[in-house]
Amino acid sequence: MKTILKTEKLHKVYKLGSLLRRISINALDDVNLTVQSDEPVIISLVGESGSGKTTLAKVILRLVDPSSGSAMIYDQVVAGAGQKPKHREYLSRVQPIFQNPFEAFSSYRTVDSYLETTAYRVVGLGRKEGIEAMENALASVGLKYADVRGKYPNQFSGGELQRVSIARALIPRPEIIIADEPVSMIDASLRMNIINLFLSLKQDYKTSFLYITHDLATAYYISDYIAVMYRGTIVEFGKARGVLTDPQHPYTRLLLESIPSVRRKWERKRMALSDIETKEFRFGGCKFRNRCPLAESICDEQRPPAIRKPDGREVYCHFA
Amino acid sequence: MIKLNNIVATYTTVRGQVDAVDGVDLEIPSGTVLGIAGESGCGKSTLLKVLYGDITYPLSLSSGDVEYGIQDAQGVEITTRNIRDHWFRRIAYIPQSSMSSLNPVIRIRRQFVDFLDPDTDRAQVLEQVRSYIQQLDLPPEALDAYPHQLSGGMRQRIMVAMATFFHPDIILADEPTTALDVVVQKGILLLLAEIQEEMQNTIFFVSHDMGVHYQISHKMLIMYAAKAVEYGDSSDVFGRSLHPYTKLLTESLPTIGDDHLRQGVAGRPPSLWDELHGCRFAPRCPLATDICRSVEPPMVEYRPAHFAACHHADKNL
Repeated sequence: MKTILKTEKLHKVYKLGSLLRRISINALDDVNLTVQSDEPVIISLVGESGSGKTTLAKVILRLVDPSSGSAMIYDQVVAGAGQKPKHREYLSRVQPIFQNPFEAFSSYRTVDSYLETTAYRVVGLGRKEGIEAMENALASVGLKYADVRGKYPNQFSGGELQRVSIARALIPRPEIIIADEPVSMIDASLRMNIINLFLSLKQDYKTSFLYITHDLATAYYISDYIAVMYRGTIVEFGKARGVLTDPQHPYTRLLLESIPSVRRKWERKRMALSDIETKEFRFGGCKFRNRCPLAESICDEQRPPAIRKPDGREVYCHFA
Repeated sequence: MIKLNNIVATYTTVRGQVDAVDGVDLEIPSGTVLGIAGESGCGKSTLLKVLYGDITYPLSLSSGDVEYGIQDAQGVEITTRNIRDHWFRRIAYIPQSSMSSLNPVIRIRRQFVDFLDPDTDRAQVLEQVRSYIQQLDLPPEALDAYPHQLSGGMRQRIMVAMATFFHPDIILADEPTTALDVVVQKGILLLLAEIQEEMQNTIFFVSHDMGVHYQISHKMLIMYAAKAVEYGDSSDVFGRSLHPYTKLLTESLPTIGDDHLRQGVAGRPPSLWDELHGCRFAPRCPLATDICRSVEPPMVEYRPAHFAACHHADKNL
């Protein structure tokens, strides 16, 4: 079995504030994740803002260095201590898709110039093979090379431009694509087209995805595995169906209850609010304890260990 | 009753003029939460600007007006012409980004009373603000803070408190929770719903999230490419929608626990710069026929208080 994604004791500390009043924020606080499979998989990373999901993506994309620990993609260490691949080799195996396609592409460059850079420089293809690779990649996202050639980003809709950025990521035939909120800027009527595209690319290209989102409904729809994060820690990790239909961590439950669904109306009652976000990053024990209905003194003192359930999921809660 | 009389709102740009809202004609009962949904560029935020009377260059009102169904102290009807005189007290606005609406260098408490006449007793108003804040279960210390010291959720709650402090007749909310996390969003929506139930204000609530509308809107207006395409009670619009666009929009959403394959809507919304004929949704519509491509469908009341602009509203997809 291949190790598709593995992080070991991954930490990332950001330092804020002035010289005298330094605050450290543990954006990633001991993240241990292992996904093994022979088939390509879609792994979702969900959580609210400040949960560390984008920092984890950035570490895997080598955009930031971890403070300690390591991350592994398809049996090879990509971040932290260990034998790391060369930059070009790395880019032909791991590719990113970003949230806002209008920010990802410069408005002064034609979009096909980005495809060319990837085909010629990253993969090192010749002129003829390069064009063929671009044509194939664009065809697999439902676009034609002739329609994209020479055009600037403002000539596309958000959905189309996001397709172009997916096509660009496909050119090196990567093993895994890291997609950070790829549909949050896309209108509702076009969003599912992109989501379905991920599913068909997993089938046809055998590409795995790390799908980072705050939208649990699309995460349920496409993922095989899901990791729920809170303030830099994993709180629950396992098969997506199991975690989302039968959540076991109190935070996962709270998150699921808060989704505005079109099926069931909320109970009308006032909710308590927390306003202690920065403090929670530095909590020693369970980071969720202040908002948790089950919290007891042990949650103050000890970081909850991963408790393994019969269905293979890991729940980081003393009372799971 | 609030009446929107055939509103056409136009932006003037270097390329020429474009109608961002094109002929919206509605009557909304007072004391309702009206949800306005649609994709980016459909005209929902422009419609809110018109309702707020915030019509300044490059936006202009080419035709139509709004009758708010309320009178000022002299008994004069409030319409588009004089609504600006009643900002804050009779009509309030909750923006999407509280950070760009609050002044970053003055404390929250001063922003509550900043616009009052110079001869008002500010200390007394502030006392009332303090007790109102406590009624809403918000910490009174938040009043003494600067905006950046509060979390995004707390700031948006303060915006809700600010908008509702004078018991306005009408509240306009433009994606007030889009930038927030789901847990925080739920808290704010429930707070707003509770205040509305108590004060019976009319709320115009713009969101692209159909789930949010399902939770709090009494009535729904669906917009597409500057036109109103469906209007009715929430339960009807969600449960027995008439317009194919509404149906495709609600059916394309995945739900946890439901493994059906979902399809997005093919194609993209038309550019408002093009000359548009017939139904604007026709190029993407599975039911479209020749009449849809040539004749623009009018808003028709297919069921009591349930309107749609579609030639085939009675057909199933």
